[in-house]
Amino acid sequence: MKTKSAVLAAAALFACNVQAANELKIGYLSTLSGPAGAIGVEIRDGFNLALKMAGGKLGGLPTEVVFADDTLNPETGKQLAERLIKRDRVNLMTGVVFSNVMLAAWPTIQAGNVFYIAPNSTPTRISGEGCNPRFVSASWPNEGYHEAAGHYAKSKGYKNAYLIAPNYPAGKDATSGFKRGFGGTISAEVYTKLNQLDYSAELAQIRAAKPAALYAFLPGGMGINFIKQFVAAGLSFEVPLVVPGFVSDQDIVRAVGEPMLGIFDTAHWSYDLDNDANRKFVAAFEKEYNRIPSVFAEQGYTTALLIDTAVRAVKGKIEDEKGFHKALMAAPARFKSPRGDWKFAHNGTPVQDYYLRVLAKDNQGRIVNKKIGTVMNDHVDFWAKECKMK
Amino acid sequence: MLLEQSLNSLQFGLMLFLLAAGLTLVFGIMDMINLAHGSLYMVGAYLMATFAEATGSFWIALPLALVATALVGAALEVSLLRKLYERDHLTQVLATFAVILIANEMVRIIWGNQSLMLNPPSGLTGPVQLPGGVQYASYRLAIIAVGVFVALLLYFLVTKTKVGMLVRAGASNREMAVAMGVNIRRLFTVVFALGAALCALAGAMLGPILAVQVGMGENILILAFVVIVIGGIGSIRGAFVGALLVGLVDTMGRALLPIAFAKMFSPQAASNLGPSISSILIYVLMAAVLFLRPQGLFPARG
Repeated sequence: MKTKSAVLAAAALFACNVQAANELKIGYLSTLSGPAGAIGVEIRDGFNLALKMAGGKLGGLPTEVVFADDTLNPETGKQLAERLIKRDRVNLMTGVVFSNVMLAAWPTIQAGNVFYIAPNSTPTRISGEGCNPRFVSASWPNEGYHEAAGHYAKSKGYKNAYLIAPNYPAGKDATSGFKRGFGGTISAEVYTKLNQLDYSAELAQIRAAKPAALYAFLPGGMGINFIKQFVAAGLSFEVPLVVPGFVSDQDIVRAVGEPMLGIFDTAHWSYDLDNDANRKFVAAFEKEYNRIPSVFAEQGYTTALLIDTAVRAVKGKIEDEKGFHKALMAAPARFKSPRGDWKFAHNGTPVQDYYLRVLAKDNQGRIVNKKIGTVMNDHVDFWAKECKMK
Repeated sequence: MLLEQSLNSLQFGLMLFLLAAGLTLVFGIMDMINLAHGSLYMVGAYLMATFAEATGSFWIALPLALVATALVGAALEVSLLRKLYERDHLTQVLATFAVILIANEMVRIIWGNQSLMLNPPSGLTGPVQLPGGVQYASYRLAIIAVGVFVALLLYFLVTKTKVGMLVRAGASNREMAVAMGVNIRRLFTVVFALGAALCALAGAMLGPILAVQVGMGENILILAFVVIVIGGIGSIRGAFVGALLVGLVDTMGRALLPIAFAKMFSPQAASNLGPSISSILIYVLMAAVLFLRPQGLFPARG
């Protein structure tokens, strides 16, 4: 009996070894629980959709995705990254939602010599001076949305703006980006605890400050609660609210509903973008999950397509750092993303358009983000200039 | 703004009171440290979200959630906690900590990892105009009203009824109460179920403002313990005053300190300092009370 099981184990081990050469194993570290978990789920569903449409094979290789939930705890994220690399021996990693987790896990990912494709968080600290050939972003540089929102606020002629964001790296990237785009007076800059859910004290302060506009970067459950409480406090009649697309997409619309109508935001993608790849993506997503996709879902979807294209180009040889980096950088031109045409800047962040959107009802009465203009064309990450990589 | 912040602190304080009242009774009467009190709060909020979803009405769901959570509490008392009364506090802490972990995993299994969203009842989503031209969220006003009503009800229950008399007798001297022929086992179950119902009420009322999620009980449990230590263990009146004090310090600290710090430091440093100093303030308050009145403000035991 013992011998038999030992033989079986050896056979299983052998089978694994044989497969490893022509199989892709992706470590997917994400925040899938808690108030902010909905974002992780959106990205994952977009990623899984692309994987399913590719028949479970990315780059022509049978693909296994190992999921791990960091629960928005940077320390947990770091440990899980270690586990994915050392125990599960993944070939590449993706998935991280929040910048504090990203920055905590990044040294571990770097030490493990695997590529990381960002489906969301792309902190300035990694895309700027700290750029690395093993890090590319399929989403946006952290400041992109906020810089676009700043441009929009400036075009509206607001005299000053009040900024509120969570106290973590992406919150600071958000205010920095907005300030660059806006260029005007900042009446106050408030940072709340990450995952804070009750904003009564902050809302009273905003009312007292009477700003010309309020810019709120509060993603996930934070945004749901903030906007609900903002409306409940009657502030929506007093202060115009400007948000990045993260705070006004389907994950939040589903929870808040009607009070969202008429809110303007900025994003790199919109539900109604007029291209074939987008129509295909939206139809497939709605069929699969029975809900409207968000920017996050598009990011997950594009991440999977990017991996698919690059792995195919190097015929599965992703251990070759130079070759795979080159294939990744060239990949956006070789597939159609729902967001339209884009390319990489030399620091591995997308060069793409950012749109102005407004929340309105579509012809079926559902609340969707409608594109009404372009705020920035082929925008390059401001911090790319700090990146010494060629 | 001061009026608005005062209402905010009142609203927070009253919800803390609901939690602390149950905790202080259990601790004071049964001499039992129940860390799982926060789990009942979580279970109450989840049941509320489930019933609200199923019935489509906040006000129908509320009593259902209260009763269901009281039953869960009673079941917990009869099946497990009853065996712990004679044990020392360390055993109780360990056992009820285990209950927290079990409850969290059970909730994960039943409701999943994602936090649930609970909406306020349809009439209370907007603001109301207060005298003096201040706009305030009507739902938060409703929370204050419910909190005040429950506080009065509890006051009446504890001071004017027979059950209340037994509760007070149990809290001030348990052995004597038993010697006088009080059915302490039944009393304990009733008190525990009542505490659970108060938890559920707090969870249900706070659900629309916060989020219904796994682990929501642990954060607020610590504050509830601070409240009962400040107020005096076993004393409802102490829990009330303690909860309002903690609510006031927390909200005012969060509201006023960052403004004060903003004049001295960069916005980021000020936002870092503000909340941490305000949470320190709560513990400074507790330390000061313990130093001046080690039994708390309103000790139940003479």
